[in-house]
Amino acid sequence: MDQTEPARRPRLATIWLDGCSGCHMSLLDIDERLLELAGRADIVYGCLVDTKEFPSDVDITLVEGAVSSEEDLRKVLQVRERTRALVALGDCAVTSNVPGMRNPFGPKPLLERAYIENVTINPGIPTEGLPALLPESLPVHAWVPVDVFVTGCPPSADRIFEVVTGLLDGQLSEVGQVSRFG
Amino acid sequence: MSEVRTLVIDGHDVAANSDQTLLSVARENGIAIPTLCHLEGLTDIGACRLCMVEVEGSKKLLPACVTSVQEGMRVTTNSERLLEYRRRVIEMFFLERNHVCAVCVANNSCELQSAARALSLTHFELSPLHPEVEVDATHERFVLDQNRCILCGRCVRVCDEIEGAHVWDIRGRGANARLVSDMGTPWGESTTCTSCGKCVQVCPTGALFEKGRSVAEPKARRPYVPYLVGHHRRA
Repeated sequence: MDQTEPARRPRLATIWLDGCSGCHMSLLDIDERLLELAGRADIVYGCLVDTKEFPSDVDITLVEGAVSSEEDLRKVLQVRERTRALVALGDCAVTSNVPGMRNPFGPKPLLERAYIENVTINPGIPTEGLPALLPESLPVHAWVPVDVFVTGCPPSADRIFEVVTGLLDGQLSEVGQVSRFG
Repeated sequence: MSEVRTLVIDGHDVAANSDQTLLSVARENGIAIPTLCHLEGLTDIGACRLCMVEVEGSKKLLPACVTSVQEGMRVTTNSERLLEYRRRVIEMFFLERNHVCAVCVANNSCELQSAARALSLTHFELSPLHPEVEVDATHERFVLDQNRCILCGRCVRVCDEIEGAHVWDIRGRGANARLVSDMGTPWGESTTCTSCGKCVQVCPTGALFEKGRSVAEPKARRPYVPYLVGHHRRA
């Protein structure tokens, strides 16, 4: 990570943990401003980028979703290690929101409800190919430090654009003061 | 017999009647103090602690809604300390129960949500309790969702003081406190409830709502409680 490298384009990444992809949809809703964003930064990882491994040396990562499974946790720890400014994007990342609604009773009743009580064919909790759920679904900052919190379900496209461009302009402290849960 | 008192709020000299509270004098003078449990026309109980202010000579913060004016008082309604205090109060309301704005009937018409926005509360530092609490949908027309209740007691007071039915009470202490109808019988089996809906109207969150109301559906605001009581009290 050489920060003095001349004329290096900022590297932007997005990642989707336990969320509905609505925050990513809202990112796409910045419409033609996507071109402006693409002109200012390299989008190096995310749903729209065909890269399997989260790259190193990322400047800004937008994290959608709560941390609900062992896989989410592995990802978010890696993202934090490789990112300068980590943005908790949307209510799931900020409060655990809808994924957190299972917290009062825990993962076991949730899995039984979904895979046994409510099915008519082959009832049974899957054990292979799916990451184990953590005891609680928690916000991103319960596991790693977060630089900017962006509330909203989803945050508006304007708000997302404002935050990303604010961070690209180097105004980390200016962009985080707006609250709008829900 | 009320007498005139003079005091200073946020550097402004104001005059008040001796039977007024700090909150009412502040509001009369256009000084905003946030509240949740206060509702014009109902007895103030100082439950939510959002209206705390600094009064010179007192080490403790005082709730403006239940503090009477006194001659020569010097009051501060806005400071970094108060702002931080109010943020923590709102944070604790959010974390004591399960408030999920995105799927709440009160989304966009919720006073807790608005208070968080007004105080620029972007996230919570404390750990949520995530209690397993009940939803009582036994009433024909209304639902009580304990997940959203902040124990402000507006419903308790409006039912007792305006409707005269006294269906509601708060049972238990601290985090175990619960709103209960008829000493703990399901709402639908209440023999005192008149189904007037005043409690639903005054609920600041989505704890009491009409059946059939969907997420974020705008709530019809009928401010008849202050109309019924507040005006004649002032006159």
